[in-house]
Amino acid sequence: MSAFFSKQFDTKLRLAAAAVVVVLGTGGAIAAYLLHPRQLDTGYTPVQPVPYSHKLHAGNLGMDCLYCHTTVAQSNYAAVPMTEICMNCHVRVKEKSPKLQAVRDSYATGKPIPWVKVHRLPDYVYFNHQAHVTAGVSCVSCHGRVDQMTEVRQVQPLSMAWCLDCHRNPAPHVRPPELVTRLDWQPEGDPAVLGAKLIREKGIHPPDNCSACHR
Amino acid sequence: MNELIQLNLSSLTGRKYWRSLNQLADTPEFRQWVEREFPEGASELLDSGSRRTLLKLMAAGFGLAGLTACRRPVEKILPLSKGVEGYVHGRPLHYATAVETCGVATGLIVECNDGRPTKVEGNPRHPFSLGATNAFQQAMILDLYDPDRARQVQKQGVKSSWAAFEAWWLEQSAKLGDGAGLRILSPRSTSPTLESLKAEIAKKYPQSAWIEYEPVNFDRVLEGARLAFGQPLQPHYRFDKADVILALDCDFLGLDTLSAQPVRQFASRRRPEDGQELNRLYAVESNFTITGAMADHRLRARASDVAAFALALARQLNVTGAELNVVNQPADRERKFLAAVAKDLLAHRGRSLVVAGPRQPAEVHALVALINQALGNAGQTVSYTRPPYQPSDSLAAVQKLAEDLAAGRVSTLFVLGGNPVFNLPANADWAALFRKTTVVALAADENETWKAATWQLPEAHPFESWGDVRALDGTASIRQPQIQPLFGGRSALEIAALIAGRAERRGHDLVRSFWASQWGAEAEAKWKKALYDGVIEGTAFPPVDVKADAPRVFAAVQVALKPAPAGVEAVFYPSWHTFDGRFANNAWLHETPDPMTKLVWDNAALLSPATAKRLGVKDGDVLEISSGGRTARCPALVLPGHADDSVSLQLGFGRAACGRVGRGVGHRVESLRAASNFWFGPAEIRKTGATCRLVTTQEHHTLIEPITGLKRHNIVEEFTLGEYRERAGHGKHESHPPTDLFPEFDYSKGYQWGMAIDLSACIGCNACMVACTAENNIPVVGKDQVARGREMHWIRLDRYFSGEEDDPQAVMQPMACVQCEKAPCESVCPVAATAHSPEGINEMAYNRCVGTRYCLNNCPYKVRRFNFLNWNKDIPEIRKMVFNPDVTVRMRGVMEKCNYCVQRIEEKRSQAKAEGRRPIRDGEILTACQQACPADAIVFGNINDPESRVSKLKRQARDYSVLEELNTKPRTSYLARVRNPNPELV
Amino acid sequence: MADLAIDPRVELNPPLVTGGMTYSDVTDKISSIVEGKAPKQWYIAMAFAVPLALLLFACLGYLVATGIGVWGNNSPVGWGWDITNFVWWIGIGHAGTLISAILFLFRQKWRTSINRAAEAMTLFAVACAAIYPLFHTGRPWRAAYWLFPLPNEFLHMWQNFRSPLMWDVFAVSTYGTVSALFWYVGLIPDLATLRDRATTPIRKTIYGLLSLGWRGSATQWRHYELAYLLLAGLSTPLVLSVHSIVSFDFATSLLPGWHTTIFPPYFVAGAVFSGFAMVVTLMTLARWIYGLENLITMKHLENMCKVMLATGMIVGFAYGTEFFIAWYSANQYERFIFLNRAFGPYAWAYWSMIACNVIAPQFFWFKRFRTSIPAMFILSIFINIGMWFERFVIIATSLHRDFLPSSWGYFTPTWVDIGTYAGTFGLFLTLFLLFLRFLPSIAISEVKGVLHQQVSAGHAVHGGSH
Repeated sequence: MSAFFSKQFDTKLRLAAAAVVVVLGTGGAIAAYLLHPRQLDTGYTPVQPVPYSHKLHAGNLGMDCLYCHTTVAQSNYAAVPMTEICMNCHVRVKEKSPKLQAVRDSYATGKPIPWVKVHRLPDYVYFNHQAHVTAGVSCVSCHGRVDQMTEVRQVQPLSMAWCLDCHRNPAPHVRPPELVTRLDWQPEGDPAVLGAKLIREKGIHPPDNCSACHR
Repeated sequence: MNELIQLNLSSLTGRKYWRSLNQLADTPEFRQWVEREFPEGASELLDSGSRRTLLKLMAAGFGLAGLTACRRPVEKILPLSKGVEGYVHGRPLHYATAVETCGVATGLIVECNDGRPTKVEGNPRHPFSLGATNAFQQAMILDLYDPDRARQVQKQGVKSSWAAFEAWWLEQSAKLGDGAGLRILSPRSTSPTLESLKAEIAKKYPQSAWIEYEPVNFDRVLEGARLAFGQPLQPHYRFDKADVILALDCDFLGLDTLSAQPVRQFASRRRPEDGQELNRLYAVESNFTITGAMADHRLRARASDVAAFALALARQLNVTGAELNVVNQPADRERKFLAAVAKDLLAHRGRSLVVAGPRQPAEVHALVALINQALGNAGQTVSYTRPPYQPSDSLAAVQKLAEDLAAGRVSTLFVLGGNPVFNLPANADWAALFRKTTVVALAADENETWKAATWQLPEAHPFESWGDVRALDGTASIRQPQIQPLFGGRSALEIAALIAGRAERRGHDLVRSFWASQWGAEAEAKWKKALYDGVIEGTAFPPVDVKADAPRVFAAVQVALKPAPAGVEAVFYPSWHTFDGRFANNAWLHETPDPMTKLVWDNAALLSPATAKRLGVKDGDVLEISSGGRTARCPALVLPGHADDSVSLQLGFGRAACGRVGRGVGHRVESLRAASNFWFGPAEIRKTGATCRLVTTQEHHTLIEPITGLKRHNIVEEFTLGEYRERAGHGKHESHPPTDLFPEFDYSKGYQWGMAIDLSACIGCNACMVACTAENNIPVVGKDQVARGREMHWIRLDRYFSGEEDDPQAVMQPMACVQCEKAPCESVCPVAATAHSPEGINEMAYNRCVGTRYCLNNCPYKVRRFNFLNWNKDIPEIRKMVFNPDVTVRMRGVMEKCNYCVQRIEEKRSQAKAEGRRPIRDGEILTACQQACPADAIVFGNINDPESRVSKLKRQARDYSVLEELNTKPRTSYLARVRNPNPELV
Repeated sequence: MADLAIDPRVELNPPLVTGGMTYSDVTDKISSIVEGKAPKQWYIAMAFAVPLALLLFACLGYLVATGIGVWGNNSPVGWGWDITNFVWWIGIGHAGTLISAILFLFRQKWRTSINRAAEAMTLFAVACAAIYPLFHTGRPWRAAYWLFPLPNEFLHMWQNFRSPLMWDVFAVSTYGTVSALFWYVGLIPDLATLRDRATTPIRKTIYGLLSLGWRGSATQWRHYELAYLLLAGLSTPLVLSVHSIVSFDFATSLLPGWHTTIFPPYFVAGAVFSGFAMVVTLMTLARWIYGLENLITMKHLENMCKVMLATGMIVGFAYGTEFFIAWYSANQYERFIFLNRAFGPYAWAYWSMIACNVIAPQFFWFKRFRTSIPAMFILSIFINIGMWFERFVIIATSLHRDFLPSSWGYFTPTWVDIGTYAGTFGLFLTLFLLFLRFLPSIAISEVKGVLHQQVSAGHAVHGGSH
């Protein structure tokens, strides 16, 4: 009878098996890395209808976030400003600039400016800006150094795991509420220490049950 | 306030907002919507909503463009161009308003999310709402977004415009002269502004006639008062002051009063803990109504026998003049009942009350007035004021109209709302008569009247138009719109102004100028206050002090009351689904079961078991009911406790011209209803042999097990007052649970939510069910799916009969998720999609659920609902506007259930935090069912706070948990039903 | 004394291989099935099975695309035919491992000619069963991976290990794996035989690869026997564990009629019962199709009938016990649910179950029935039906009338329910027929093992007589 399996076949088989394991392992690792929300979702930088620069306004001019995002402390949404807020200044400043044409049109016609959404959560997630901001979670914790972005970019995965990380250990992210819009602010010493203190004083206990976010 | 409304309307309103959306989100749906082209078939309406709460985002100023990016679809954010005072994106606004049905007005508060009215609540300031609502008011919001509403001014079906219509009217009015040919037919209205316009029209066209007609009206009540007192008066009852109540064919807890007030008053006397004496309710009725279900003693009698009963009672009470002989002698049982009632009433002079239903003839109402006077109740439990509208005998008026139309004396007929062609008495062929003249029909939907009209005008929804109303006691309210007319409709008020030739045409101006003329100097301030409060102070009528004239009454009675003919009689009732047909296209109401029959998506001819047996009729057999040469076909349904030889028919079904939801649903019985038997009359019943599938949500009617014949005890607990007192003596019985397998969780800290439902107060009126549907985006599944046991209601009303089949008692039990602390559903879910919150709520994470349905199987209360199919598939965009943005619209394949309106809890929580992290106050959070409940039977709160209302209720002796021995530790407990039987009748 | 000169052993246990077959006869006979042309019956059977299998995929596709609503499931009957069929197939899957493993450990030689097919049947039954836990979910595309404890960076969510459904996932997958291994290891020597007999290069290659270089050397045999013994030892507890765990789906719930401590043994007995019934059904067929009378002898079949009789009695006893306990517990709901089974709307299902599971096997008391192929074929089919009804009765009747009378309902299957179930049959038969066609459906080597004893015994007899 003719043999299909040479003497060395077992060795070869074992080597092959080992190879398969290695390949699959590394492949899986790479896939896991690429598919991780940190890679998948962060860095999203859509082009906006108006070349608005947060770096210029919030950074260089040092405007407070709340000047435009007025509802952040009263509502779930941190409203994108109404055209008239832009026009508060731009009736005088750069009132001729072609870049601002869309803004002027919107103001004249009453039609909204179609801004492109950057930070997107699934519809079954109910995030509440009011709750976070009043508790002393800074804008920077989720949105990053917007004051350094010419075009707004998503810097955090905004995945459930990421939310839970903070909800289970909020101390490093809590600061005095009046400082939430100070994106560059750093406490002297370990932020976690101050955070822990604030949490104790204000009795903050971030929920980690389902209906806290899913309703 | 006023500016706010103006701004609100000028910048956030429907049409503008839609136009902008139409440009932004240029989706086919929108073009379809704008072009009013819809695929036929009810399916897409029955499946409401959409997986992605698209419109939530849109209305919030977000549009979704069709583009896609490399990573994810591009979503657009569309902020307003200019701001609106008081508007914060994501925060709902609440506006007070008022609506009226059949001349009964109720004050409401409507919640608007980003310009969309999404939820109706009662106005606590309004005397007839007291913060509560009924099922119909809850469902009105759905009609607002009904894509089948009338959308376009038409002339005989040809697209036209308001301008064209006004032009036509200009020349037409010139021809009218003294208005001899002008007739105006409208529903009953209590609007003071409209009243003033009527006067103007009467002045302008002295020969014209304005006819008010309601298929369900209270004319006979006022007529009765006229008999008794010489003037038509509106009786007002104080059920909270009455210890003994006798309801003669009067469903005063259900469809015979369209406001929450009587329910609230009645229920306030059904709580033995409150120290007050428990009231006792006697009901004499033919149909088994929810009032009958609340009654401590109930006498089954044909509607036509009630008069005899009233007369017999008058005699029993020695009301002077009652010595004329009683038509047909009462049976023994009846006599016993009569004697006991009379004795009880006499024992409670001045603290008793006798009421009669709108079906009963004027003579009965006059008798009742007399009896109440004799019992010294006048001024105590019953008072009289002038009615909120000009009383008129509408039946006579429409008879006259028919003659005029037939004789061609009418050149122009305005129909300002309603659907007369469908529901006018069947004496005449109205559609044909209407074709004889020029009919201008203002209609909410393209109904039978619209089809028969020359000019077809879309009517604005009450939430779209300005107006004013008077409550029964005269209290006036301004009806302010929540959104601009989505389809460019106009209100009856505005048309009336046009007829009157007023310069001002806008509802706002009309109403405002009228009230300005009333107020004079401080009009501005009063106007704002009126809008804010929802009621206008000091507009209630003063009670009239009158004395009933016994001889006149008995003279009338002598003439009117003939011995009721033997044999079967047909009685007409409004329906829980469509009322009188006006809600025929409302899917929420169709799917909410009738409280007694549990029937959905249909009406039926209700028969007593005995009568059914005699006629050899089973459920679903189609009967032909005929009377005076008129016939109607309707499937039979046997209702235990229904009076023998009587068949109850519900109005408002079988609409020929109707939207996709209501078309062909049920059977039209109006064809049987003439002036002579407008409410009831003799009829013949014949089995046609045909059958019709009737779908009920509750197959098994009692707590008695089949096969074993044993009663199931720990589901509904009922006591007589005596038993209760005894039990209360021992205090609340504490059960000793067996040891638990799972470790105890510490529920002693923080808020611990719980609920107590009082079965003594619950009347089973469905308000909670519809409120829950509206609040929690609960889909509608349709008749066929309900038949398969797939209805989605998070809270249901279980109705159990007890006692013998012919004359049972009934009890209602609202059943929603009871939030077990040891929840059987949680331990079996393989993916932990349902888990417990630290505050004791059994949560459902839809987005984690894979739909094994194991939790449903293991739920002893069967309150979990599974999305067997995608109920929210391709429904019209506009229909999505009704969605509550705070609640996820569930997708196919996931489980859902009540969660104590957790979105409301979270809203109040963040509000409390924002207000300096203060604790949430007791009663600050109201669940949707609780807020709607007219009986205040549902109480929700923090059971960790011993002072909270719910904790106090749970400490009471009659508090118990359903299926307690399973040791599921429910957070929702029930307060046992306490009955107060008359010892002489037990 | 010539007429007395008969070997008593042969009398006491009649030969496992009849017709005086020699080693080569056995090899030829069994191999020929694979090597020769397939008989007409095989094609007829395939023509019946394959379309059914396709129907299964059609139904599943429709189900996933439309939703569970296309089945008859409702509230309160959240589980209908889906879980009924799941439990039924799992039950069928029991006989294989039982015959192979336990009878092997008990040195029951008579198992040899049926164990191979029985194991194959097990695998295919488990495959059919495994369809349901996935597809009965509302969102299979999620269940497919959320039911397995994969670490996930998106959610930080783990499964709920308290849920019996979770245990099912592990129990069934383990059982499937071990059975497959056991079956394959058993196949190796025979595959080698086929390889050696192969005439065409393709066969040579395929069987060659599958037989993993088996040469039949003494060492290989020693390793082989050991491996086989170990696997037998491994699968034995599984036979008991799998159906016990499946029964926990019900036993750990609080539903009257489900919440029962008797379930694990009762389910296992039932599983063996139905498993053997299915083996008999299939083996009588195979025997007829391929004329294996001499290998699958009356003795095998009779033994299996005896097992069915025994397990059938156990099951019947369990039915009785359930009623007794229901009465004894004095629990109103418990009492009602069992009376409702017997006299309620589902009485028809209950009594069909009794007739098929308790009455039918009683015929096996009589040798006439134990040894009549048509009789045992029909009875075995009755038992299969009865065992399906048992699962249906447990699931549907317990659910349709539970605690609150207000939520009582009734279950009616839709055409998709029926199509899906019929489809699993198609899949099962297709796989089984392919197995008959392309693999040695009887363990050649093992049969030779038992043949050897007889041959030597036979010599002794002849020696004595001459």
